[in-house]
Amino acid sequence: MSNPDKYRLRRTMMFLNCQKPSLIKDPYVYKPDSIMLDLEDAVAEREKDAARYSLYHALQEIDYRGVERVVRINGLDTNLWREDIRCAVAGGCDSIRIPKTETADDVRTVEYAIAEAEREFSRPEGSVLIMAALESARGVINAMSICDSSERLFGIALSGGDYSKDLQVPISGTGVEFMGARQHMVIAARAAKVQCFDTVWTNLDDMEGFRKEVEVIHAMGFDGKSIVNPRQIPVVHEIYTPSEKSVIFAEKVIKEIETKKAQGIGVFTVDGKMIDIAFYDGAKRTIALAKASGVYKGDL
Amino acid sequence: MKNAVGREIPEEIIEITGKEPFQGNYYRDDKPIKLHGPTIRPVMNNQKSKLVANIREALEKCEAHDGMTVSFHHHFREGDLIVNMVMKEIHDMGLKDIRICASSLGKAHSALVPMIEDGTITNIESSGVRGGIGEAISKGKLKGLAIMRSHGGRVRSIATGESHIDIAFIGAPTADDYGNLRGIGGKADCGVLSYAIVDGNHADHCVAITDCLVPYPNFPAHISQTKVDYVCVVDEIGIPSKIATGAAKPTTDQRKLLMAQYCTDVVVNTPWFKDGFSYQTGVGGASIASTQYLADIMRERNIRMGFGVGGLTKAMCKLLEDGMADVMLDVQDFDLDAVRSLKNVNHHRIPAAVYANPLNKGAVVNKLDYVVLASLEVDVHFNCNVVVGSDGMITGAQGGHPDTAQGAKCAIVICPLLQGRIPAICTDVTTVTTPGESIDVVVTDYGVAVNPARQDILKALKEANCVPLKTIEELRDIAYSIVGEPDKVEFEDRIVGIIEARDGTIMDVVRQIKEI
Amino acid sequence: MEIKKTAVAGTLESSDCMVTIEPAKKGIELELESSVIRQYGRQIRKVALTTLRRLGVRNARVSIVDKGALDCTIKARVECAAMRAAEYEGRINWGGMIR
Repeated sequence: MSNPDKYRLRRTMMFLNCQKPSLIKDPYVYKPDSIMLDLEDAVAEREKDAARYSLYHALQEIDYRGVERVVRINGLDTNLWREDIRCAVAGGCDSIRIPKTETADDVRTVEYAIAEAEREFSRPEGSVLIMAALESARGVINAMSICDSSERLFGIALSGGDYSKDLQVPISGTGVEFMGARQHMVIAARAAKVQCFDTVWTNLDDMEGFRKEVEVIHAMGFDGKSIVNPRQIPVVHEIYTPSEKSVIFAEKVIKEIETKKAQGIGVFTVDGKMIDIAFYDGAKRTIALAKASGVYKGDL
Repeated sequence: MKNAVGREIPEEIIEITGKEPFQGNYYRDDKPIKLHGPTIRPVMNNQKSKLVANIREALEKCEAHDGMTVSFHHHFREGDLIVNMVMKEIHDMGLKDIRICASSLGKAHSALVPMIEDGTITNIESSGVRGGIGEAISKGKLKGLAIMRSHGGRVRSIATGESHIDIAFIGAPTADDYGNLRGIGGKADCGVLSYAIVDGNHADHCVAITDCLVPYPNFPAHISQTKVDYVCVVDEIGIPSKIATGAAKPTTDQRKLLMAQYCTDVVVNTPWFKDGFSYQTGVGGASIASTQYLADIMRERNIRMGFGVGGLTKAMCKLLEDGMADVMLDVQDFDLDAVRSLKNVNHHRIPAAVYANPLNKGAVVNKLDYVVLASLEVDVHFNCNVVVGSDGMITGAQGGHPDTAQGAKCAIVICPLLQGRIPAICTDVTTVTTPGESIDVVVTDYGVAVNPARQDILKALKEANCVPLKTIEELRDIAYSIVGEPDKVEFEDRIVGIIEARDGTIMDVVRQIKEI
Repeated sequence: MEIKKTAVAGTLESSDCMVTIEPAKKGIELELESSVIRQYGRQIRKVALTTLRRLGVRNARVSIVDKGALDCTIKARVECAAMRAAEYEGRINWGGMIR
């Protein structure tokens, strides 16, 4: 089973409350890479049922124009999550986000329910992907096994609010309390060849602080960031736009690898740098980012 | 018969009004017209005092009578107290069949509704109406026809005598006892008196109303003593916080910012964006944000604005202050920063006639490179509607929309594709206020459409590859695919108002709304 | 589906609608108030009635206060109010009764 969308570009994932029609009707105008339709924390306890009906019809009837539709289900400690999965899978979601993931078993439990729903609602097996949100010290420590838990899992995300509470520290705005978790999660995700996403930034009045944080997580190797307001999207996309120099280099690398491979040559130089097949995926990713950012007009 | 924008103008309306159907933007270009002069009472006697004790005395001295026309300006916007004050007095005098000729009327004037119902007011000429009056007209309560005209069109109709004003009431932030009026220096400053200048020039009688009497001479006067018959001092002419508001906070609405970005991209990638270009924009969040984006690019490319014009805001005046624009031409001030900016020697007041009158020897709008406008609806023929809501109710004003759109080399309309469930881009607008031939570019959150008549603009934007280009039909189809195609709003047969084109021909008619 | 009690779903926020369903003796009685009634009243009624029919609601008094909701929201609110009013619990027939 291999879902071609597993490694799609996910620089921004915008959180939207399923219970608010004005939010879910056309978020694609802001051009996020993914949206996360929330059935969990954003939805009041007595509106859980209402949110599902909204979600189902939104997924069925709104053309999200290629934006990935991730559904955050309620926690595995509730009696809601199974119906959440049936609703999301029946509606046609692309992915399920598991909140408060602590172990690989959590992912496998959800995977089983998704597979069941795929059969029930006649969706191709493996069409629904999974991402896991790590919201506790235990979850973060288990990052490696969680990343390895399922072929459906495309990535892990840090959920800073709950995680900082579990660490018993307030969110400082400097990121110091997230240093270990961030570094650990990126390494685990890369080791398992899945993606890694950073937590939300909620202070909308401090756009400078937000920009600095995005610069940091970009430099650390995160694939993207969770977004709570559309205003944050252009900032992230700007920071994730590859430089002109790196795009030109990537283009050369891809073309050279392809021709040299045909000629049976494994190692060669581009612009004086030693290049081999190991550069291929990175160069491809640079071109994909450049295309999404609108700065690549080439033919790759 | 059908006019040049395809609207059916009934014969009876052509007969009653003596107007022609709209024939296209340049129909009256270069055609001779006769201008109108008022009948005035000269003041030769140096003993005469122009001060009156109250509005009643002014009305009596000006020989107020049934069927007369009274005029007002709207520089006090939603903070205006003058219209209600004067009309209450007229109502108390028992006068009937009054025609109001206002530069605009707003929600502040809903107190006029009972006077419409009881026959005190039977005709209204205005840029537009909002709130209670709009509803009253749409429901057929006004006995006569409402006439909606642009700011330029109003000057034209008064100057040619088509609208004859018996008594003009001019609210003035400061006045001296001999009728020199200024828009500043008082308790309720509006900065300029541009819309009222034509009233002073052409009304038979002219009454100044102020809440701040200053020593003679109140100079330099924005309206001269030579135009004013009487001066009346009252407690309050307006509510300052609703006249020139604090500068609007920059919008944080990403949808508006997105449209602002598209708008700026259109401006900077079309051929008129070069040193000395001219520009007008509005007061909405997207317009203001777009002016700020534009300022960044002007700085980057070292391009100066030759002149800015219009109702002005902080964002525009800041360009002057920062030395990035040479001149501001001012017909209205939307915030206190714009009022304060009038101190700048290169910030000039201009009368509405100079701004936009289509039938003088050339108005400022003719020299505009760009204008950025809003619209309630735009149809696939690029016709705009800024007066009648999609539900058929009169709810807006033409303002300078048709004037600037016609005048500018590149007229850009910004509007979100959907207003709630209502598609702003549609097959046919409810009512045409600005003809499609004046509109060049439409910017929405779903993409940008260029009028096919403007292949030069289309080519420039395609080459720049700066905005998502769509056809106007594509935008409409996207809108309808999301919200469904709206049913046509049902109207009664009775015509309650006409939309006058700039040149005095009939652009469209407004019918009475059907009760449901 | 039998309407057992009065139930409400939705809000009066822009792009939403509030649906109230009450038990009634005979047939469907639909009352609609909408900010876009002149352009979309007919379509909103049609969507609401189709949704009720699909749910098998035969007798109910239904009131909708609409603030410019899209069809998908009208369906979702009608369904939610009806399911609450019928005190329905258990697995939901996504793609069947709900679609």
